[in-house]
Amino acid sequence: MDFKNKDVISINDFSKQELLYILKVAGQIEQRPKNALLRGKILAVLFFEPSTRTRLSFTSAMNQLGGDVIGFSTANVTSIQKGESLWDTVKMSERYADVIVIRHPIEGSARLAAEAASVPVINGGDGSNQHPTQTMLDLYTIQKTKGKLENLHVGFVGDLKYGRAVHSLVIALAHFSPTFYFIAPNELQIPENYLNDLFQKKIKYYKSSDLTRFSKEIDVLYVTRIQKERFPDPLEYEKFKGVYRIDKSFLNSVKKELKIMHPLPRVDEIDKSIDSTEHAAYFEQAANGIPVRKALLALVLGKIN
Amino acid sequence: MRKNRRSRIKIKAKKAAISSMPKEEIKKELKISAIDDGTVIDHIPTDGIFKVAEILSLKNQKGIVSIATNLQSKSIGKKGIIKVGGKSLTQSEVNKIAIVAPDATVNIIKNYEVKEKIKVKTPDIIENVVKCFNPVCITNNEQVATKFYVVRKDPIKIKCHYCEREMGKDDIEII
Repeated sequence: MDFKNKDVISINDFSKQELLYILKVAGQIEQRPKNALLRGKILAVLFFEPSTRTRLSFTSAMNQLGGDVIGFSTANVTSIQKGESLWDTVKMSERYADVIVIRHPIEGSARLAAEAASVPVINGGDGSNQHPTQTMLDLYTIQKTKGKLENLHVGFVGDLKYGRAVHSLVIALAHFSPTFYFIAPNELQIPENYLNDLFQKKIKYYKSSDLTRFSKEIDVLYVTRIQKERFPDPLEYEKFKGVYRIDKSFLNSVKKELKIMHPLPRVDEIDKSIDSTEHAAYFEQAANGIPVRKALLALVLGKIN
Repeated sequence: MRKNRRSRIKIKAKKAAISSMPKEEIKKELKISAIDDGTVIDHIPTDGIFKVAEILSLKNQKGIVSIATNLQSKSIGKKGIIKVGGKSLTQSEVNKIAIVAPDATVNIIKNYEVKEKIKVKTPDIIENVVKCFNPVCITNNEQVATKFYVVRKDPIKIKCHYCEREMGKDDIEII
């Protein structure tokens, strides 16, 4: 499978075989780290909005493979403030780097950046649209903790309306014959177009606002934060914040092998007392960003094929 | 003198064309005058007629443009017709109107006669015709041509190449 020079913009651009291949390469890299694989290569991180995990894990992944990193982590320090277009910023950056990771608040910006650049571009999040490397590390985590991706019962809880991590993971997992459980207040339920898509693919799903209703069925529970910044009206946010809380009492009604995931940062959705239980997979999930992003960097730079 | 003669011939030709039409069509023709050269777009849904005019930039047209709407139609209930004098639409222009008028029929007229009928075909990709309805799409924030993939043809559903949002007929705004 040839990934050389391929852009990583949207989970919709990847087939099941391609996703499985990326996970396989990530697994190999995790087991046998290749410290000098990207020596002499430069990654440009163009982060137009704040990020902790994505920027740090890309930087760490590149450094661990022997490559160098340049870039910025806020648009305030760049020529953007002087009115430079995204197109021009990317055109300039491609002369300085072999691969670009971009995070930008405007939706579709990563796709445009990929069109501007002749070097591969990886989307590190474009507004509430896509964050494909998050989805890939989510898949990697599920595969690693459950030993498989096929035929799992996967629950999503929290903000299913605005959460891009949820939307992308639903699309990606749909390749693997899952059963889905969408748990959210009606106002924050998953948008209809995703349900129509699942219906067409003959994938079973259930909706509820009750956290415990399906707790005995679920193998993986993907918890998300109610995202304050996505609400146009702060009063609406107040209505929903803290509506679901995973604590020790919830664990009484779950499968013994249940794994709980969260794209982080969390606010109060998952009580700290869960962290030390065997159910908690969210810190491992964050750590899995390293092998998955290493695999992607090595693949798009043509160092592994 | 010569000009008068030419116009007399034109009127004769027009009358001859009208008299050779079935009665039903004459009625229709009288509501909106015939053209000697140009394009007649028929069977436009009434809610799409002004969008068709926008897509074809008819406000910049130099020749005669007639727009009629809320006419009776056996096939689609009520319909609209647009006649554009002195302009023959190309297949790619015709395809653009498919976004709002998938069942329209397009007749190219020469000397009051239908020289060609073009069938509307919804394109698979629509470039630089429609504005993305998502205010935080990059196409609304940076100078970049819009591009949409047609997900469903009738009723139309299109997906933005950049922000990946899907739009229905009611969301469509012409650039």
